[in-house]
Amino acid sequence: MGMQKVAVVGAGMTKFVRRAQETAKELTWEAAHMALESCEMTMDDIEAVCFGTAPDAFDGVHLNGEYVSDGAGAWRKPYMRSYVGGGTGVFVPIQGWYHIASGLFDVVMVVAEEKMSSYYPHAQAAFMTIFDHTTERPLKPNLLWIFAMEMNRYMTTYGISKADIAQVAVQHKRNAADHPCALLGDKDITLQDILNSEVLAWPVQRLDVSPVSDGAVAVILAAEHIAKRITDKPVWIEGVGWHLDTSYWTNRELAYPRYVEYAARMAYDMAGIKEPRKEINIAEPYDPFDYKALHHLEGLQLAERGKAAELYSDGTASRSGNMPICPSGGLLGVGNPIAAAGLMKIAELFWQLRGEAGARQVPGQPRRGVAQAWGDLMQVGTVVVMGK
Amino acid sequence: MTAKIKEFPGISLSEQDFTDGKILFNFDKLNGIYAWDTGVGIGSYLASLKAGVILGSHCPNCRKIVVPPRTFCEFCYRPMDEFVPLNDSGTVNTFSLCYVTWDVKRIKQPEIPAVIDIDGASPLHGIMHMLGEIDPKKVKIGMRVKAVWKPAEERQGSINDILYFKPIKEV
Amino acid sequence: MHDRVAIVGVGCIGFRPSTPEHSYKEMVYEAAMRAYTDAGVDPRRDVESFVTVAEDFHEGTSIFDEYTPDQIGGALKPVHTITGDGLHGIATAYMLIRTGQFDIVAIEGHSKASNIKTLPEVTAYAQDPILNRPLKLNSHFIAGLEMNRYLFETDSTREQCAAVVIKNRFNALSNSLAPYGANLTLEDVLSGPVISWPLGSREIAVHADGAIVMVLASEEKALSLSDKPIWILGTGWNNDSPALENRDWAHSKYTEEAARMAYRQAGINNPLEAIDIAEVDDTYAYKELQALEALGFCREGEAGTLTLEGFTSPDSGLPVNVSGGSLGMGNLLEANGLARALEIVLQLRGEAGPRQIENVNLGLAQSWRGVPTTSGAVLILAN
Repeated sequence: MGMQKVAVVGAGMTKFVRRAQETAKELTWEAAHMALESCEMTMDDIEAVCFGTAPDAFDGVHLNGEYVSDGAGAWRKPYMRSYVGGGTGVFVPIQGWYHIASGLFDVVMVVAEEKMSSYYPHAQAAFMTIFDHTTERPLKPNLLWIFAMEMNRYMTTYGISKADIAQVAVQHKRNAADHPCALLGDKDITLQDILNSEVLAWPVQRLDVSPVSDGAVAVILAAEHIAKRITDKPVWIEGVGWHLDTSYWTNRELAYPRYVEYAARMAYDMAGIKEPRKEINIAEPYDPFDYKALHHLEGLQLAERGKAAELYSDGTASRSGNMPICPSGGLLGVGNPIAAAGLMKIAELFWQLRGEAGARQVPGQPRRGVAQAWGDLMQVGTVVVMGK
Repeated sequence: MTAKIKEFPGISLSEQDFTDGKILFNFDKLNGIYAWDTGVGIGSYLASLKAGVILGSHCPNCRKIVVPPRTFCEFCYRPMDEFVPLNDSGTVNTFSLCYVTWDVKRIKQPEIPAVIDIDGASPLHGIMHMLGEIDPKKVKIGMRVKAVWKPAEERQGSINDILYFKPIKEV
Repeated sequence: MHDRVAIVGVGCIGFRPSTPEHSYKEMVYEAAMRAYTDAGVDPRRDVESFVTVAEDFHEGTSIFDEYTPDQIGGALKPVHTITGDGLHGIATAYMLIRTGQFDIVAIEGHSKASNIKTLPEVTAYAQDPILNRPLKLNSHFIAGLEMNRYLFETDSTREQCAAVVIKNRFNALSNSLAPYGANLTLEDVLSGPVISWPLGSREIAVHADGAIVMVLASEEKALSLSDKPIWILGTGWNNDSPALENRDWAHSKYTEEAARMAYRQAGINNPLEAIDIAEVDDTYAYKELQALEALGFCREGEAGTLTLEGFTSPDSGLPVNVSGGSLGMGNLLEANGLARALEIVLQLRGEAGPRQIENVNLGLAQSWRGVPTTSGAVLILAN
């Protein structure tokens, strides 16, 4: 695939916190610095920088990509910021992939960062500006509306209960208790806790959602001949895919994320995967809300439509199950600094496939994982397949 | 690697840190004013709303009728120049009961946003709007609803010319 | 093989101070239709990936990439947005094709500057919120500082900068796409109100609306689609420091580095000899002089003299900004680089009508993202 095979050779991340003291540049630097140290490289070795961060409105800085560029090490280097809303965290490594697979670069720094806490009084208010300025914003919409409506459509179409869905939040938050950077890890959380939490926008309750957070993650990508020099355990990017659906989200069937399916097919084709359920060992679907994990698992072809919840109830999704899902703890457990959260999943697969995930390690020497992010108005799917 | 690192960077602050004056900060606001050209598609949509009509458009290629109207079908990538008045009634495709406003204030009576598939448009083609005159506990996907309009003289050519959609049958 | 990539289709609409008759979606659809017709492709069937360049605050919408796919034929296809200039977008499309995974990729950029009622405030919102914004200065001050230092270190003069304005706006009179053509004298330019000394108002490109779409293809596809494919010989892009407090004020380092990268790919050692025509950033007149030096067309301090002597006029040694540049065509926000590349494509194809320069085979386009950034890109094309 491509002119040069591409591997992830290093990774680093900050804690995900509700509000960090560090500025956006500092968070970015911390993650990038850690990624460089993890594979004993310096910025001199890096030939290009790819950066991802969600809307400028949160940071209160126009051209935010330019502003944070020095934190990402982009001084006097080729630098670009890519952008697909929430899908950015899994897109920015794809951006790094095409930098290298094109033959133009051999070593690329990929960073995703979010500083949502700058927005006052609450980052959520900034989301109103994602809706169509003429046909929707005058209704004063709330980000919760669109998720709640999609969740409702999904539940009603397939007859899925809140309890079925809440399992996801429980498992992810328990998994996250083993993640040193997690904001929302909780070893003792129960289904009742989720179901008893305050209703925000029915059917969404407080513990169904991962709240806005600050954080940054970085990975280093290298072409095959360099990767093999840097580490004896490169993790290969075997397939990438992304698809963006029409902006007219009220003209689509919200119960099923077809854009995730198309993105997944693109990535599986590239990776030569014919039966994803058999060939994928670990799945890290994007889970800003618990139902989204299920929604996305179905789009990823890892479960029949309407049936993803069974993966949780029958134990498949647990760390010791047949196909562990979000062993990191996902967004529900680690936190939701939009772009960084997606890249966290890439970093997690990197550590898992090298056997370096510590207490979160999935047993049995997993060989292949898929990370997925979603974004925009229920619109974009970004998928990366990684393998040993 | 996560097993080896003892301490990950990232210092967490609390609201108290701010009120206690431990953190210096700067406050700024953007005066961002935009006047978006509505163009033919949305311009016609708004003009029709002012006249009390929900407008859609028809693609002669795939034969779908979509709403809001546009001047090209994004799937056929062909021009659409047939604008079609639709009914001002529809079916609730999905909805939510929201107890939090866009700027994160709690409210007692929920707002009820919904996607309403509009009668006359192709299946699964609707718009987002609000539901009103209904007990939140009784809202169901599949409910039949009808637009409640502002009086003609108050309409401005805006999505708010429709106040909300209310159930067609008494519930 | 996917080493060689060509531009096989271009389409545009505009450029005018305002475009009230269509929404941005409708405007971009027009430009895209023209590009696809020019390329002879159906975007739904043939175009495999789409790249757009945009910035949220230029649109007044967050996560603006949501609204990009429909009008370019990308609905439910691989589409992504780069927050960069059009030349960053072209470089991205170039990389995508070279991976071997895509044969035909489209790139789109547009400006609806007329819809941004408080554009100076939006631009100021890009300044550092803690260190610079509290000074409450119009962002042109950054250009004023840079121009002053540039003139100082290179011994260039305001008259030389004014010569850029005179040349480019006169060139624009031959460009039916350009709204700001004018036949100005030195006095006209220098007598304009001072904005941020030494920068005068007539040295600043006025904004315009418009959209540009281009279609790129791998060698095999390009040869079958077009009898005039325009080959990409090299692309480069680079960033200097975003901070005002520690950047090189006189030199466009990012242009130097971007050019170095592009020249290396294109195998160019002597730009002045190799390149027949150039389109460079002139969103502020002095930037053209600074860019010419950074691109290695002349030594530091010479660009002003050469311009005053007419060396960069259409009928001379190195025609620069024959299109009129941004001064003539308008500042098109993210689409500036695409406008520069558009002219090079038209010239290399022999389709530049009254502006056609004879015997052009290799052209260069360069752009800058505007204040307060130090981000620029370079593209080298050949027929």
